[in-house]
Amino acid sequence: MPKVSMTVNGKAVAADVEARTLLVTFLRENLRLTGTHIGCDTSQCGACVVHVDGKAVKSCTMLALQAEGARVLTIEGLTPDGALHPMQEAFRENHGLQCGFCTPGMIMTAIDLVNREGNDLDEHTIREGLEGNLCRCTGYHNIVKSIAAGARAMKGKRRAA
Amino acid sequence: MYDFNFHRPADLATAASLLKSEDAKLLAGGQTLIPTLKQRLAAPKNLIDLSRVENLSGIERKGRNIVVGAMTRHAEVATSAVINKAIPALSGLAAEIGDPAVRNRGTIGGSLANNDPSADYPAAALALDATIITNKREIASGDFFKGLFETALQSDEIVVQVCFPIPIKAGYAKFPNPASRYAMAGVFVAKDGEGVRVAVTGAGENGVFRMSAMERALVKKFVPKSLEGIKVDAKGMISDLHGAADYRAHLVGVMARRAVEAAIKTK
Repeated sequence: MPKVSMTVNGKAVAADVEARTLLVTFLRENLRLTGTHIGCDTSQCGACVVHVDGKAVKSCTMLALQAEGARVLTIEGLTPDGALHPMQEAFRENHGLQCGFCTPGMIMTAIDLVNREGNDLDEHTIREGLEGNLCRCTGYHNIVKSIAAGARAMKGKRRAA
Repeated sequence: MYDFNFHRPADLATAASLLKSEDAKLLAGGQTLIPTLKQRLAAPKNLIDLSRVENLSGIERKGRNIVVGAMTRHAEVATSAVINKAIPALSGLAAEIGDPAVRNRGTIGGSLANNDPSADYPAAALALDATIITNKREIASGDFFKGLFETALQSDEIVVQVCFPIPIKAGYAKFPNPASRYAMAGVFVAKDGEGVRVAVTGAGENGVFRMSAMERALVKKFVPKSLEGIKVDAKGMISDLHGAADYRAHLVGVMARRAVEAAIKTK
């Protein structure tokens, strides 16, 4: 079996995997990082979004082997000590989740959006940015509110990897 | 997904020779191929990852052309200052493909080589009279697209670059499928020193095609009004659960007018 190695949440990891192993499977099953979810498994829902080399990607649509040597950031790696990241805190404050299944992907997408577009996000930019993330509970309104608040709260904070 | 042998060549020559191995397939951004593998609609024995092949990515202005490397991601085209200055319709098109995560992975070379009848890039390539540069030759976009998911690429040929001549004016308008964001009808219009080209994607049963009646009308006067009265034939249009052929034919007319409007506004 081919060997794959990468940095996940700042930690070097390596494993022998089948070539067909998806990045999301590697994260969840090899590394037991189950915060990254598998929703649709057809690249639509965004529950599996993680950052690879600083960019949001759907980890169900990428092979683990394609991330060879990459820096991967998952929801578990947002803060080092288990405290909530400002974006997570904003989702809690603004009731941005109900069942919570889509939330990790929403938050990773939201932080990517802040990294690209800055801390002052209007509603249109946020809704466009959520094009690839589905939520079946909230109707999105509170997610949009959460992201606007989280983006503002991230101002001056160290840029997430 | 069935398992396969995974290859990660560092140069084009190695990639090309690996492509001659049994049942081999190239992996670019993977945003179409990986879902296809997951559904077991394809099961190659050998998968060749192009991401580490040198010099396959990047955007450059060379004289009156914009040259884009095959592995350049949609997000890079969408945010490129060089493209936005020279051909804003092209960066605008890239910004509307799929969603942000898909744009971070998907590539221009992958999109063109796949030639999905609803993909955006084929319309830009055809309307801008782009040249597709492979490891073997240069192919004019007019000769490149051969129908549904078919191109002029030979089995051991790899797209290396796409060269877009800078037009005088260009515009793109699409009616995206509300779920997938693929074009239900997308029209790219471009005017250059030689004339006007109008390319339609998302609508035709055989993939991207040119609308010569619209081109002739726009050569006379490059305004949306010139397109009035031009009938778009429903024959040969895609008819599926997303929309019937006559609906798509109607959309082509609407998108064409919007594309001309956009072209006039931008440059």
